Amino acid sequence: MKLGFILGEVGSGLRRNLSMVVSVVLVTLISLTFVGTAALMQMQITQMKGYWYDKVQVAIYLCGEHNEGTNCAEGAVTEGERGEIKSMLGSAAVKPYVDNFEYESKEQALTHFREQFENSSMSETVTADQLPESFRVSLVDPEKYQIIKELFSSMDGVDVVVDQRELLEKIFSIINIASFVAIGIAGVMILCAVLLVGTTIRLSAYLRRRETGIMRLVGASKSSLQLPFVLEGVISALIGALLASGVLWAAVRFLIDDKLALDYKDTAFISTGEVFMVAPWLILLGVVLAGVSSLVTLRRYLKV
Amino acid sequence: MIRFENVTMVYDQKSRLGSENARPGLDDVTIEIDRGDFAFLVGASGSGKSTFLRLILREIVATGGSVHVAGQNVARISSWRVPKLRRGIGVVFQDFRLLPQKNVFENVAFAMQVVGESRSAIRDHVPEVLKLVGLEGKEKRQPDELSGGEQQRVAIARAIANKPQILLADEPTGNLDPATSVGIMNVLDRINQNGTTVIMATHDDGIVNSMRRRVVELSLGKIMRDEIAGEYTSMIPVINQDGTRELRQADHSTWHRPSTGNQAFAPFDTEDDMP
Repeated sequence: MKLGFILGEVGSGLRRNLSMVVSVVLVTLISLTFVGTAALMQMQITQMKGYWYDKVQVAIYLCGEHNEGTNCAEGAVTEGERGEIKSMLGSAAVKPYVDNFEYESKEQALTHFREQFENSSMSETVTADQLPESFRVSLVDPEKYQIIKELFSSMDGVDVVVDQRELLEKIFSIINIASFVAIGIAGVMILCAVLLVGTTIRLSAYLRRRETGIMRLVGASKSSLQLPFVLEGVISALIGALLASGVLWAAVRFLIDDKLALDYKDTAFISTGEVFMVAPWLILLGVVLAGVSSLVTLRRYLKV
Repeated sequence: MIRFENVTMVYDQKSRLGSENARPGLDDVTIEIDRGDFAFLVGASGSGKSTFLRLILREIVATGGSVHVAGQNVARISSWRVPKLRRGIGVVFQDFRLLPQKNVFENVAFAMQVVGESRSAIRDHVPEVLKLVGLEGKEKRQPDELSGGEQQRVAIARAIANKPQILLADEPTGNLDPATSVGIMNVLDRINQNGTTVIMATHDDGIVNSMRRRVVELSLGKIMRDEIAGEYTSMIPVINQDGTRELRQADHSTWHRPSTGNQAFAPFDTEDDMP
C-alpha cells in the first residue's frame, strides 16, 4: 500500500467528515489545555519551592519579659537556658537535621524588622525590647521540621517554634487545589475526546463502507484498511494538541512573562521554556489516546 | 482449485438445538471445482448459493467440514493472511458496487492501489483490463454516465485487475436486460478462457441453458444436481408406469430424491474437465 494512496484516503475522509473532525480538534484542544495547565501549575510549585526553601528557615523564638507561653512562666530567657538551646542545636541528636543556625539578638531583630517594613510607620515605633530574640535554623531537609519542633518546643526559655515554610504551604495548597480542579476537568474532557474520536471514526467507517467493502474483497491488508481511519483520528488529535500547546505558550508568554513576572520581581515564575517541556507530552498523550480509541472502534465496526 | 469436504454451515448455532426453523445454510456439501472450470450455481433464494460463495472468500467459516481454496484449508488461514487469499479471488455483484465519485479508470485502479501496486504498473495494466472487458476509450467516464452493462463491465474489470485465479460472480446479470447479459457472459467466458476459474450464482435460465457449462444446483443447502453441461431447469425426468417420460418440476418443499430414473443427479463429479 502506497503512502500517497493512504494519505489521499485520509484527506478525503477528513473532508467528508469535516464537522466531526473540527469537534474532535476542539475537544482535544480543551482537554489537553487543562492537562497542560495542571502540569504547568505543578512545575510552578516546584519552581517556587526551590526558590523559597533555601531562604526560609525555622525560627526558635525565645522568651521575652512578658511572654505568656507555657515555658515562659519564669520570665525572660536566662543566659543558661540560651546556652542550653545553643548546645542542643549543636548536639549529635540534632546535628544531622541542621544545616546551620545563627543567633539573632533583639537588636538584630529590630534591624531586620526595619528592613522588612521600611515603608511602614510601624518601624519607627517598634523598639528592640518588643521583639523576641531567636535562633534562625536552616534545615538540611525542610520536610523534617516536625522533629525540630518537638525537640525544642518543650525546652525552658523557648516561646514558640515557627516554620516559615507554613506560610508558603498555604500558597502551594491553593495552587495544588487549582491543579486538581484542572486535572478533574481534563479527565472529563479527555473522556469526551476519546468517545468523540470513537464516534467520528465510526461515522467515517460508515460513510466509507463502500470503499472498505471493496478494499476487503480485493484483499487489502488489515493495516491498509484501518490505517486511513486511525490516521484520521490521530491527525485530528494532533491538531488539537498543537493548538493546546499554542494556547499554553501564549498564556505563559502574555500572562506570566509579560505581567506576573514584572509585577512580582522577587518570585520565581515558570516561563515558556516549561511549556516546551510539557508540549511534547501533551502531543504524545493526544496521539496515543486518539490512536487507541480509533483502533478499538475499528475492531467493532470495521471487520477485516 | 476449490474443494468442499462435507461442508456444513449453520448460522446462529445457539438456537439450533431448540428451534425447528434453524436450518443449515449448507448441509454436508462435498464438491470439487477444478482450475479453469466455469460453473453455474443455481437454486432458489435461500438455497445456499451465497453461503457457498462467502465460504470461498472466508467471509464466514464453515461450522463443519473443510473448504479448500487453491490447496489451502481456508479455516486454517490466520486472519492476517486472509487478505492474501482474497487477492486471488475476484468478486462481481448484481449491484456493481462501483465507487460513484471515481471514474472508470480510478475504479479499476483502486483495486490495484489497495494491494500496493506501483503507479506505473497501474498505468500499464488498467487499460489492458478495460480492453478485455470492452470498455476502451471510456476511462474518464463517471459510473453514473454508464449503462448498467457498462457498469458491470467496470466491476468485472476491477475484480480481475489483480489477476485472480478465481472469479466469483453473484448474479452478475440480475439487473441487466437479456441482450446486455449476453455481452457480460461473453466477457466472463473470455476471462474463463484465459484460465480463470469462474463460479457464477444465477437465476438466469436463458444464460445457463445457452452456455452449456457445468451446473451445480443447490436446494436447502444440499447439492441437488451437478452436471457437466447442464441446464438451468431443475425439472426431473420421470419415467411413468406406462413407459413414457415427462419432466416434472421438483417441488423443493416436498422434495425427496427419486429412487430411479434420475440420471441427472451426479454429486460426485469425477470427469476431467480441465481446459
